[in-house]
Amino acid sequence: MNKLTIGTQSKTRSSKAFRTKKEIRKYWIMLTAFVVLGAFAAWGLLVYKNPVPAYSPSFIPVARRRMYAVISMVIAAICQSMSTVTFQSITSNRIITPSLLGFEALYTLIQTSVIFFFGAGTLIKFSGMGAFVFQVTVMVLMCLILYGWLLSGKYGNLQLMLLIGVIIGTGLRSLSTFMRRLLSPSEFDILQARLFGSVSNSESELFPIAIPAVLVAATLLLAYSKRLNVVSLGRDVATSLGVKHQPSIIYPLVLVSVLMAVSTALVGPLTFYGFLVATLAYQASPTYDHRYIFPMALAIAFLVITGAYFFMYHIFNAQGVVSVIIEMFGGVIFIITILRKGSL
Amino acid sequence: MIKINNAKKTYDEVAIGPLNIQIPKAGITSLIGPNGAGKSTTLLMIGRLLNMDDGQIEVAGMDVTRSKSADLAKVLTILRQENHFVTRLTVRQLVGFGRFPYSSGRLTEEDEAIISKYIDFLELTDLENRYLDELSGGQRQRTYVAMVLCQETKYVLLDEPLNNLDVARSVQMMEHLKHAANEFGRTILMVMHDINFAAKYSDRICAMKDGKIIAFGKVREIMDSHMLSSIFDTKIEVIEGPYGPIAIY
Repeated sequence: MNKLTIGTQSKTRSSKAFRTKKEIRKYWIMLTAFVVLGAFAAWGLLVYKNPVPAYSPSFIPVARRRMYAVISMVIAAICQSMSTVTFQSITSNRIITPSLLGFEALYTLIQTSVIFFFGAGTLIKFSGMGAFVFQVTVMVLMCLILYGWLLSGKYGNLQLMLLIGVIIGTGLRSLSTFMRRLLSPSEFDILQARLFGSVSNSESELFPIAIPAVLVAATLLLAYSKRLNVVSLGRDVATSLGVKHQPSIIYPLVLVSVLMAVSTALVGPLTFYGFLVATLAYQASPTYDHRYIFPMALAIAFLVITGAYFFMYHIFNAQGVVSVIIEMFGGVIFIITILRKGSL
Repeated sequence: MIKINNAKKTYDEVAIGPLNIQIPKAGITSLIGPNGAGKSTTLLMIGRLLNMDDGQIEVAGMDVTRSKSADLAKVLTILRQENHFVTRLTVRQLVGFGRFPYSSGRLTEEDEAIISKYIDFLELTDLENRYLDELSGGQRQRTYVAMVLCQETKYVLLDEPLNNLDVARSVQMMEHLKHAANEFGRTILMVMHDINFAAKYSDRICAMKDGKIIAFGKVREIMDSHMLSSIFDTKIEVIEGPYGPIAIY
């Protein structure tokens, strides 16, 4: 070994998030392209095929209704992309989604119990601020109890938490399936419509709570990126680098639960959307660094959801099935990823 | 100095400890012993990756359970055998994480120079921009060792650093570690399976059996036919080789 060469530092040697200038350029070009396309689709959703001309007094209400839908899409995009990327990093597993923790099952159960115990009329009235806050609180509480119990103390184990999350989710789902069997067909129909994820279902009066909550949680996660980078190296390496494992995963998990709960309560369950977006974001950003993965995931999430709505609404005239399409693509990518990796 | 005072860990069936030992500063100390003797448990407890049930461990005067993890990361580092690795992470970026205790992720020019130093030291210069999943097992192992050295802690704990390495790579790795101990003044404590590697490169050997430390001393004190045979419950003959004592089994 030639000692003279040890530690020679030239300008070209650096440990930055990207390896080459070319990769940096590619990243920014893709990010810009996704943002522009997403904005384009959003703009299209707002004005394309607006049935009334812009000078008509009824233009504003139509545009406003559409704007609310776009805002819901932004919220869903932020929630699903950030929480999935975070969740996959802290669990060191790129084929799972936070839905595993049973948010959607719980949401489904709440909705089903309302119609089961109180009838269709109550379910229709079960909306607005009160219902929203109630559902978000229940979902976040369930997660806090689950994490708090499972990640602290003797059995502090992430795998165990996931397993129990899956079991609880399955249990809750079976419970709601059972209740649904006993519903009359018409009630079932109302419930089914509610349970498809849809931005048109979301209510604008929820925005004053949902938007700040999501913005705060997302900002905190972004600010946490550097630690998340270390946490994703695994428990042992992170501890050795001075990052205490337990608090470093509980804190982001709480933020994830807030994001997931808001998203689920606002636009309904979206199981594979987050997965789809996170997987595409990893492909598009050649780095481990969350400071770059987060924006990319967010841009892709926004483009996917606005793009899908624009195409389904205005090109194919097939309203209401958008989330089905997104879920289908997400599911297909999920299967491809599993088959290609060959293992978990 | 690593001071272990009555440290105990109880698993369902077996108990490790109480362990009492003082491992002096500088040089390489190897932990040897049969499977299940508690070598890794001891190493993990010193490296605060495993909570002990009783007792205290001090490294350089810092209690490993009570001191702040971030402060300990400047004194002590530990590397386990298997590490899950992140995709799209290059050799250099991983080594750069070794600077996290000092820079919190904001690398200065000084940090970059230190990173380069350890990459060159472990002969990873040509590989530094490769992703970890493009490396062989041995290269990845060297990368992780470069990361823990890059952390520039006085104490370095390694759990079977020669695992999965062929003879040539093992010799190379041990030479690197010997250099690190001598040139950079590191105190290296590691779990070793190969007695002869331990004998050739260590300054001290600590032998464990059934959860107890049964011998601790200079290489020549431990490398003794009678001693080794009783540690491993197998007939082991120690003969004098060209580079020091060799165990034949």
